[in-house]
Amino acid sequence: MAARFYKNLPCDLGMSRRHFLKHVSAGAAWAGSAAHFFTALQAEAAELKKNQKSVILLWMGGGPSTIDIWDLKPGAITGGPFMPISTSGDMQICEHLPQMAKQMHHMSIIRSMSTREADHSRGRYYMHTGFVPNPSVEHPSYGAVIAQQLESTRSDLEIPPFVSIGGNSAGPGFLGLAYAPFIVDSNGRIPNLETETPSDRWQARMNFLDKLETQFIGQQRGTAAGEHKKIIEKTNQLLTSSQMKAFQTSQESDKVRTSYGDTSFGRGCLMARRLVEVGVPFVEVDLGGWDTHSNNFNQLQTKLPEMDQAMAALIADLAARGMLDNVAVLWMGEFGRTPRINGNTGRDHWARSWSAVVGGAGFKRGITVGSTNADGTEVETTPYSSEELMATVLQSIGISLDTRYTAANGRPMKIAGGGRPIKELLT
Amino acid sequence: MAPTVPFINFAHSRAQKEKLNTLFGLLSVQQRWLLRIVCVLGPLASNALSSADAPVTVEGTETGFPTHTINRLLKESWEEYEVIPSSNATEGEWCRRVFLDVLGRIPTTDELNVFLEDKSSERKRHLIDRLLSAKYDGTYSRNWSNVWTNILIGRSGGSERNSRTNRQGMENYLSEAFEENRPYDQMVFELLSAQGTSRPPGKNQDAPRFNGAVNFLAMKLGNNPNDPEYGAQATAKTSQIFLGLRIQCTQCHDHPFNRWKQNQFWELNAFFRQTVALRRFEGGRMIAFVELADQDFQGPTSEPEEAEIFYDKRNGVRKAAYPVFTDRSGLKTELPRSGFLVDVDRRAELARLVRSSEYLPIALVNRYWNYFFGYGFTQPFDDMGPHNVISHPELLEHLSQEFVAGGYDLKKLIRWIVLSDAYGASSRFGDKNKIDDPARGNPPLFSRFYPRQMRAEQLYDSLMIATGVDKTIGSAGQQKARRERWLRQFVIAFGTDEIDEASTFNGTIPQVLTLFNGDLMRQATSNTEGTFLQDVSSNYNLKSREKLDRLFLAALARNATMEERNWANKAFAQSEDIGTALQDIWWVILNTNEFILNH
Repeated sequence: MAARFYKNLPCDLGMSRRHFLKHVSAGAAWAGSAAHFFTALQAEAAELKKNQKSVILLWMGGGPSTIDIWDLKPGAITGGPFMPISTSGDMQICEHLPQMAKQMHHMSIIRSMSTREADHSRGRYYMHTGFVPNPSVEHPSYGAVIAQQLESTRSDLEIPPFVSIGGNSAGPGFLGLAYAPFIVDSNGRIPNLETETPSDRWQARMNFLDKLETQFIGQQRGTAAGEHKKIIEKTNQLLTSSQMKAFQTSQESDKVRTSYGDTSFGRGCLMARRLVEVGVPFVEVDLGGWDTHSNNFNQLQTKLPEMDQAMAALIADLAARGMLDNVAVLWMGEFGRTPRINGNTGRDHWARSWSAVVGGAGFKRGITVGSTNADGTEVETTPYSSEELMATVLQSIGISLDTRYTAANGRPMKIAGGGRPIKELLT
Repeated sequence: MAPTVPFINFAHSRAQKEKLNTLFGLLSVQQRWLLRIVCVLGPLASNALSSADAPVTVEGTETGFPTHTINRLLKESWEEYEVIPSSNATEGEWCRRVFLDVLGRIPTTDELNVFLEDKSSERKRHLIDRLLSAKYDGTYSRNWSNVWTNILIGRSGGSERNSRTNRQGMENYLSEAFEENRPYDQMVFELLSAQGTSRPPGKNQDAPRFNGAVNFLAMKLGNNPNDPEYGAQATAKTSQIFLGLRIQCTQCHDHPFNRWKQNQFWELNAFFRQTVALRRFEGGRMIAFVELADQDFQGPTSEPEEAEIFYDKRNGVRKAAYPVFTDRSGLKTELPRSGFLVDVDRRAELARLVRSSEYLPIALVNRYWNYFFGYGFTQPFDDMGPHNVISHPELLEHLSQEFVAGGYDLKKLIRWIVLSDAYGASSRFGDKNKIDDPARGNPPLFSRFYPRQMRAEQLYDSLMIATGVDKTIGSAGQQKARRERWLRQFVIAFGTDEIDEASTFNGTIPQVLTLFNGDLMRQATSNTEGTFLQDVSSNYNLKSREKLDRLFLAALARNATMEERNWANKAFAQSEDIGTALQDIWWVILNTNEFILNH
């Protein structure tokens, strides 16, 4: 078994043997002991999947107004019209999240996010990678890092380890296209999956293709040719996989589907649960439209119910299935929005003080970390950045923060931008 | 040896070989040696793809030709970095490259053969002159209007519901401009100063005052110039596209590393405040077209004599800004502050300032260099602020000056670039340039050609050329609609205020699935009447081996090698007939890395 384990080592991606061993020991720590860890690998697939760690990222594209959602300031001049309500956790949230209010004992809020990137593309990159954009290196995003780190525990996974539903997520950077997001819409329609070619002919094609691909790679023209071959192989594997059913939310009962809501975000959240069930280590579900420069409050009144129902159903469902201890859930956007309400009753981009929400896996639940001042314009406690948030999420699923990468240019690179975990959030 | 069925044998058949051996046995020793020599040399001499004809010279007599300067300056930098450039690409590779980059598609086999049969030392010049001549005006302008439409309004611009820009209108303007090789500075002037309506005339719709150039700004402006954020997109995109400066972050704060300050963003923005993009509706709430018009600007305080705009500093302090243009040298041009059009037409002034700006040529040269080499002189190429190091400053300055001196002639610039040694280098690493690998984050030295994936448009148009599918289906209008539908499947728009979007045509699984099983591929590899495959397959004058070569030549601009013939024999030994085998082989070739990469 050990030999097989080593075969899947991502050595070629730059992790040294020493770092790998550290990674194993960290992995062993979450599984209980080294003996247990290796036994688990031998256990039946179903049993194994139960303990498989995963992350679901609920990405709020555009930059959600967290001052109106998770950190309300009623009465302040910046507060807006929404009122806070009590929850099953130790905090209050917006009145337009009644379903989430019943699930907050599973979740925790970080009210002291403070970052510097306040335009969409830079913010999206920074929050997805833990690094600010740099012209000479592309950093791997959450999905790529987690897919690559957990790859060796998913030898029976035939579908892509990083799925993004309804959005583009962020790329694999120097980890390469094998860890790129597999992008689907919330209906789970994957175009061009069917072929009319009989299997013997298909096999003959693949044999010849393999020869030509290998030959061209051997001509030493750089990495692109080899990347292409890897994707060809992954695609070929996916064509015949029964795991593709995980994309079909229509296979769920009416009751379950109704609970998530008949919205694209609802279907996306339900698909995310199905995907982590078959062993996908990272799923992102996108809900866009938070860029509320005008009519902020009217827009939130239509957006929040969609988000509320789907997110609450997902957490309740994961909890009911006993999956929540292994699946980390992370809710965030690229930044928050200005406490000051502008002339169009909107709020503009604001990175200096905002909130993110986490839960499941190794997170402490039902608590609030950090706080902002009375009008929400400043963080009063230790500020947290993307690096620290990412480190905490990785730690919550047992990925060692001592992991180092070697970027394509030979530069050593710390995982999660070298961030340290937010201790008060971890059990 | 694999079991082979004679009629799908792509190498010499066993019977042929036996016959040859028998004949060989009848010859004298001397004759045998002679024959051996002919056998070895023959294929070399007849294989035009690797032959060394007269060495290529570039404008031998023309001194000061910019290509020479490119060659000299790059050679100096190679010496400095102690690299030796890769050897030349094969003639076929070079030809394929030039077609892909200049015309947006691979060459037909006829076009390839014309080039390969030209034995003159000036054959590369002949080819590029042909591609830039009137003969290819339609193809050239289609490629470049595609490229520039994507730059100016994005891949999704105009295809979203109720869009405020008209994609066809944008393309119409650009096709016309590229067809007559309109000087770049004039195009930019027109794009920035355009007035009129966005939708081209159609069968049942007239288009009063149609001006396709308005589509660049139509989606980036609105109808309320007193909105504090008004024209932020127009400001950011004008700066990024034409000046090579990304200043969108300075909308909200001073740039941490850039010389640009927040006030400069709003000073540039102030030029757009006399302009409105008015929506004209039909059938209820559906936008029919947009009219870009200029009007007096009152300013938020309704004092048009002194029409300022306000922006907020991070610390909450409110500041005023008036139209001021800061050029590359730091030179500032300040307009009168009046918002009355009769006093000053701010947008027309901006168009003039950008047209003569020192930023304009360097931004364009860097953009085109990036287009032809895969990397510009800065990374990214359209972020040329002082925080970003220019890798070859002398070369960039020189080419920019030549570009201006040459009358902002884009075809001239293309010609200088594609005739350079660097553009003609092989994409293979040599022994002494292993460090020249920008994919690994090293600075590009341009000592080899960096392979890159075709753009979606290049792939589509290349498949049309290679497969002849467009000849089999529908009218020109239907073909265009099909092409647009095919391209649209890869675009994801984020719906933010920065018009962010991404393409899933990026080498990942959905793209491979499209090439494995998509409709287009099914048609390309079917034996339908009129397709290229059918033409080859049913041509009784061709031997199996020649048929195989035709497929390789059409897709990869080279013949099949002996080894490849053997692999094909082995893989398709069990095929029902040669038609089926060729179908499968064609599918494989079109799915290879060698096909999808521009190398």
